[in-house]
Amino acid sequence: MQYQAPTDLADVAALLASADGKGRVMAGGTDLLARFAAGMPKPDVLVDIKHIAELMDIEQASDGSFTVGAAVCGAAISEHAALCSAWPGVTEAMDLIGSVQIQGRASLGGNLCNASPAADAVPALIAAGAICRILGSQGERQVSVADIICSPGKTCLDSDEFVVSLYLPPRPPRSADAYLRLIPRSEMDIAVAGAAVNLTLDSADVVVAATIALGAVSPVPLLVPRAADVILGSKLEADVMTRFKSVVSASCRPINDKRGTIDYRNHVAGVLAARAALIAGKRAAREGL
Amino acid sequence: MSRSPNGSWRSVGTRPVRPDGIDKVTGRAVFSADFNLPDALQGAVLRSPFAHARILRMDTARALALPGVKAIITASDLPEITEDQALINGQPPDFRDMSANILARTKVLYEGHALAAVAAVDAKTAEQALALIDVEYEVLPHVIDVQQAMAPDAPVLHDSLITQGITPAPSRPSNIASRHEQVHGDVEQGFAQADIILTEEFTTQPVHQGYIEPHACMARVASDGQTDIWCSSQGQFMVRAYCARLLDMPLSRIRVTPLEIGGGFGGKTTVYLEPLAVLLARRSGRPVKIQMSRADVFRATGPASGSYISMKIGALNDGTLVAAQGILCYQAGAFPGSPVRLGCMTAFAPYDIANVKMIGYDVVVNRPKSAAYRAPGAPMASFAAESLIDMLAQRLGMDPLELRIRNAARDGTRTAYGPRFKEIGYLQTLQAAQAHPHYSAPLGQHQGRGVASGFWFNMGGQSSAALTLNEDGTVMVTTANPDIGGSRASMALMAAEVLEIDVDRVRPEIADTSSIAYSDLTGGSRVTFAVGMAVTQAATELVASLQQRAATLWDIPVDQIDWREGCAVASIDGKQEILSLSSLAAQAGKTGGPIAAHVSINAQGAGPGFGTHICDVEVDPDTGRVTVLRYTAIQDVGTAVHPSYVEGQLQGGAVQGIGWALNEAYQYDDNGAQLNPGFLDYRVPVASDLPMIDTVLVEVPNPRHPFGVRGVGEVPIIPPLGAVANAVSRATGTRHVDLPMSPPVVLRAIQRAARRRR
Repeated sequence: MQYQAPTDLADVAALLASADGKGRVMAGGTDLLARFAAGMPKPDVLVDIKHIAELMDIEQASDGSFTVGAAVCGAAISEHAALCSAWPGVTEAMDLIGSVQIQGRASLGGNLCNASPAADAVPALIAAGAICRILGSQGERQVSVADIICSPGKTCLDSDEFVVSLYLPPRPPRSADAYLRLIPRSEMDIAVAGAAVNLTLDSADVVVAATIALGAVSPVPLLVPRAADVILGSKLEADVMTRFKSVVSASCRPINDKRGTIDYRNHVAGVLAARAALIAGKRAAREGL
Repeated sequence: MSRSPNGSWRSVGTRPVRPDGIDKVTGRAVFSADFNLPDALQGAVLRSPFAHARILRMDTARALALPGVKAIITASDLPEITEDQALINGQPPDFRDMSANILARTKVLYEGHALAAVAAVDAKTAEQALALIDVEYEVLPHVIDVQQAMAPDAPVLHDSLITQGITPAPSRPSNIASRHEQVHGDVEQGFAQADIILTEEFTTQPVHQGYIEPHACMARVASDGQTDIWCSSQGQFMVRAYCARLLDMPLSRIRVTPLEIGGGFGGKTTVYLEPLAVLLARRSGRPVKIQMSRADVFRATGPASGSYISMKIGALNDGTLVAAQGILCYQAGAFPGSPVRLGCMTAFAPYDIANVKMIGYDVVVNRPKSAAYRAPGAPMASFAAESLIDMLAQRLGMDPLELRIRNAARDGTRTAYGPRFKEIGYLQTLQAAQAHPHYSAPLGQHQGRGVASGFWFNMGGQSSAALTLNEDGTVMVTTANPDIGGSRASMALMAAEVLEIDVDRVRPEIADTSSIAYSDLTGGSRVTFAVGMAVTQAATELVASLQQRAATLWDIPVDQIDWREGCAVASIDGKQEILSLSSLAAQAGKTGGPIAAHVSINAQGAGPGFGTHICDVEVDPDTGRVTVLRYTAIQDVGTAVHPSYVEGQLQGGAVQGIGWALNEAYQYDDNGAQLNPGFLDYRVPVASDLPMIDTVLVEVPNPRHPFGVRGVGEVPIIPPLGAVANAVSRATGTRHVDLPMSPPVVLRAIQRAARRRR
């Protein structure tokens, strides 16, 4: 296995193209190296993208949007006050991954491209409407995070493509997001279920926009527009949340595995989504004051 | 942290940095996998993919032909152990079973069961060779659940296993290896007297000891057959004895050098790899190193037994317990030998109950052979007993500590398993719990508080210690027990106490099997007590020798010489004369040569230990997730020789017990293969899961030890199962009888209770 650490963005796609499908991009390596240790076949070329400035940078534009380099580690995200304040759900989701040591390495781009159904940051990014900037030898394209993961472990990226950055759009006032997951432990664990809610309130605290995304309850992270419809136009009243919960639960398509049963995942996804919606609602209302 | 006031020792009871501490935190300490020899080969072990299968054929020819492969062994390379050679003095372990466990003979009995071992020039080649060993299996039906294994139509693991302890002996083999009965008083009469009778069934899952360091060893065999083993274990003499027995070698042929141990908790009281490494080294003529992966550790080394327990207690309306009865079924794993008898003995030992009857079944299942784990057999039985006592307190509307105080065993209480307690401190732990601010702190919504107690015998046993005075007046304390819980520090403190010198002048060392006399292994909470007794006696003998030497130098009778502050002191012609330890050491050549004392004893008089724990939890009613909010472990520790390490024992035991109660469990697929052989999905608690575990050291000295020491390492894992379950049961308003209380299990119980209430 050949290790490459280019410093120029333009070199990455070329390296991947020359590997002819046997290249692998490494950001923090927190998933990849563990898998090598477990016996997964190694690629011919390992491209470490941490030495490229664009991939390690968080940028805030004057319109309030953010561009987060795909290899920026969790700790750097958590330390970025403006990003945390604009996107508390995305940043708390990233912060939940692994331990302090893992946070020094693990990245949003890596969490996305690992394509796990249980990735914590992905539902939050989907709910946020995040867009990936993807670069390949044929050029550049923009793809919504919701469309990146095709099946467990598989993305829509071609073998010579990689994610440069994640774009979080500007948002109206009184908007906020939240992410919650359930794990039996308090950290160092994989989500049994996860739920992200991104919403906007009007001046009367009525929900005027909402996106709900779930993790670990289907083969790929799940957008649940039906659940969003339930809370649109509401003030997240108790009876609305009861309905919301059951719509979320009914939308899940989980499996039974060692981390949870179908029934438990369905139930808990509803509980978490409802709690996340209330947290996001509170955050959004506070923001408008 | 708090502890009751100590006496006036100068070293015992202080908290110096442990002698092995700096090496361990700087990474210099040599653990088993760190040990290397030039020219060593790497070993690897072929393990069964099936839970239960007959080995029809095994062919190693293709593997042997792989370049770089130097030796391959299978069970046919192990000496046959006949039935009459299986036990030594009729005592376990059964070496015939152990032999079949380290290399399967005719059948594999669990997924991960070793079948063959390879030595090759590097680890990769060894792994490749494993894949070239051809094995033909006949897969058999398997059973991993203890109740299913006891059913008449269950797949039978051992065709020759006839249940012991039943008369007349059954005519057919079964998975029930033995039946054990313990009777105290007359339970029928006891229950007839009772105003209240409570019955419940409990289940617990096997749990792994979870030591950080996987098993590893190095073996070297000289051309004359002289064999060296380097490994981490709970007893180098155990490793020597077991290897000698399994390989049919005289003890003098083997030297075992103990390396630093990264945790054992009972799990390193047997051998898995060492005999294989010796055989491979013998065959290849080169040293052989074998190490397990974490997955190997989970698949092939002993967990604590899982259990099914049916229990019943009877009490008067005033709370007096009048009868207790239990049927305990423990999973032994693939070979007999669960600690069910110890479960029967310990369950109700904290209580003075006139009528107790316990029946235990030792049951084999298609899982790894169970091994000792901190207070073997006691936590699961205690979980059942302490749950019932909590249910009784709820039924009576009585404070659970008050109920325990009413029934507490005291000095002179006859235990249900036989002996009469002498000086014990159980009541004191209950009183300390009542007085602790934790017990009266307010609780919020969805929160609950549980208490539970636990008992462990503690042990003495054969122990050796050698004290040698160096030429400069410093002192070596050499013992034969691996330091798992801070025993080097304790040995140094006790020696320094007797010699009346500062502890930094004492250097503790742990010797190989050729450098000191035999000692039983580190286990049973025996080392600080029993080896400490040997050290104390050796130090006392050393002082006597030093006084003798001073008498020679001064030419006065020895009985005129005192020993104070590390010096011989005498009044000669009305003038006080002093000879320091250093000057006596320097002049040893003139007074008879080197000064040393070697004591080997079989220590008697271990003092039983009792603990009482208080646990507060909060339960998420919508997800079933349990958070431990506050935890206090209170224990009678006799005398805390090094209080920090005693507190560490209490905290570590509590944490392991909490893991047992909440999330730890093996998961299997339908074929009996383990789904979670790693720490990601076998969930021991992580640091952020728990609050700081508060400790209270109650010191009721053991009068049969020179410093009042009682063992402390095992008691603290016993109460947590009951304490957590009682807390969760009170928080949720419904009784939890199945461990672990993982979120889905707790949620189901909450939902069931809600339906019942509707």
